[in-house]
Amino acid sequence: MFGLQKKDTNLLLIVIALTMLAPFILNPFPTDSGLAQFNAGYPDLMQRFVIFGIFAIGFNILFGLTGYLSFGHAAFLGVGSYSAVWMFKLLSMNILPAIILSVVIAGLFSLLIGWISLRRTGIYFSILTLAFAQMSFALAYSVLTPITNGETGLQITLDDPRILGISQTADGSIPVTNLFGMEMRATTDLALGAWSFTFSMGYYVCAVLMILAFYMSIRIFRSPFGMMLRAIKSNQTRMNYTGLNPKPYTLAAFVISGMYAGLAGGLMASMDPLAGAERMQWTASGEVVLMTILGGAGTLIGPVLGAGMIKYFENIFSKINDNVLHTWFSFMPDGLENLMVGILHPFVGKGWHLTLGIIFMLVVAFLPGGLVEGGQRIGRMFGRKKPTDDTSAKTEPAE
Amino acid sequence: MGILEVKDVGKRFGGLKALSDVNLSVAENTCHAIIGPNGAGKSTLLNCLVGKLIPDTGSVMFDGQSVLGRSPHEINQMGISRVFQTPEIFSDLSVMENMMIPLFARRDGAYRLHAYHSVLSEAELVTKAEQMLADVNMLDKRNMHTASMSRGDKRRLEMAMCLIQEPKLLLLDEPTAGMARADTNNTIDLLKQIKDSRNITIAIIEHDMHVVFSLADRITVLAQGTPLVEDVPEKIKGHPKVKEAYLGETAHA
Repeated sequence: MFGLQKKDTNLLLIVIALTMLAPFILNPFPTDSGLAQFNAGYPDLMQRFVIFGIFAIGFNILFGLTGYLSFGHAAFLGVGSYSAVWMFKLLSMNILPAIILSVVIAGLFSLLIGWISLRRTGIYFSILTLAFAQMSFALAYSVLTPITNGETGLQITLDDPRILGISQTADGSIPVTNLFGMEMRATTDLALGAWSFTFSMGYYVCAVLMILAFYMSIRIFRSPFGMMLRAIKSNQTRMNYTGLNPKPYTLAAFVISGMYAGLAGGLMASMDPLAGAERMQWTASGEVVLMTILGGAGTLIGPVLGAGMIKYFENIFSKINDNVLHTWFSFMPDGLENLMVGILHPFVGKGWHLTLGIIFMLVVAFLPGGLVEGGQRIGRMFGRKKPTDDTSAKTEPAE
Repeated sequence: MGILEVKDVGKRFGGLKALSDVNLSVAENTCHAIIGPNGAGKSTLLNCLVGKLIPDTGSVMFDGQSVLGRSPHEINQMGISRVFQTPEIFSDLSVMENMMIPLFARRDGAYRLHAYHSVLSEAELVTKAEQMLADVNMLDKRNMHTASMSRGDKRRLEMAMCLIQEPKLLLLDEPTAGMARADTNNTIDLLKQIKDSRNITIAIIEHDMHVVFSLADRITVLAQGTPLVEDVPEKIKGHPKVKEAYLGETAHA
């Protein structure tokens, strides 16, 4: 189906099912229960799951296939966000032209940076991309203030022209982002007994685009182009002596992953129409590297899992504070309760980075193939033959 | 006029004269061996032929065109394929993928991007690759990952990858170096079979005299960067100059 092999079709169908049903899957606990804070099924977070999923899928096309480790992909994400916001300011609040412009501008920008950076390989390539991204960040933060609005960040205002739309609504407020009239912030709530589920327009727009992005990434992985990219990672000498020029292939992979990052940036701005320079900072570039490695570089589904996991930690684990811990252990005698809270305290709340760091360390040390390899091992333990890239045995709160 | 014409080639590395006044003509559809003691400049000469090094002086003509100043992938596209001393294959890829890459390179040139259809939908190329694998007795290993293969198999695969491109000239850089006697004999058989069944010119650099004398139609002896003698194998065997430079110390080693 869809021109894919059976194994890949199954994977795609699983991803489609998981993304479409995410509002249910991510809200497994009744609203009033003590575990409700582990629910991740609210629009803002679900949007972030899929947007960073797109970012990581694109990054994986470069890093997972060619092995070129870029430390500057956040720059393309930031450029995408700025382009989208400018489109909202000048043209209309429809997200379609905004997203198209984000992808195009990020593509052109990555063509320039890739063309220069790909003169070097290995650590020198990484440093070059890092340098470019930091330059972009510094420019956006200060010198290019007329375009980026500096440290305040670029926002839409009441007196923006919006030549194809309206500057302000009838009641004098700023119009909202939409897709041909369907507002991105629109939500529908569904209450089923003790559970409540939220369906957000914005999430489903992002989810459909992520499925398309994922589908394209499968096609690239299985195509001669994808094979050439893996060949580049494997042996550039043989590549050269087989009559192939690696440069156009790596540059194409770089630009494609830059366009994915632009798409992610454009979607981010479409969900919440503002863009700040911090989106281009090196920590943001590092985050997508972590996502890809955590999930499994070079696998199809890995980056999406990694993105989901990191965003889950960032948003859910960080909210477990001491009060929450005390309610968990309130059944214990006081001394023991305080001891348990004391032990767990560094790992949750503001300490979520520590937990994530330990998990990352364990994954890199014991599961070089990332979460996907973990899933495969679990699958093998239960005696089922697991095709590579399959993740149905996983229960990660990501899709 | 041979298919490969090397004229007055010289190459220095700082103060070291690696090659000087090298003249060599390899006739079409022959097997030409280049032998010589360590440090004679054999590998330097080979690197000058494939674009890895550019000679300081002289010219290298292949099939009527100069190869100088061209990069390795351009020279490969002209019809020269090279087998390395240590097999250079795509060790993260399967045997079949290793065979498909040279086929794509030959059909589509140095940088065509087919990003949409799948590799396996190229039925014609898949059939070709399978035939070649059958020719070198590796069809049963088609889905194997190459990293775990024996050195002999890797060598066999590398040769298959070069041959499937139907090169006009096949360059072999010590193809049996570090191989056990049985593997060496297998390689000789394979090369003989290649030589007899295809219209192909082979230039081979080799230490092992057994290999050289079983395969070569002509032999050039290189010593200290200059060709000493060039002749048919029977004459080389007894040549006093050659004995002095080379055979005397390492014959049938």
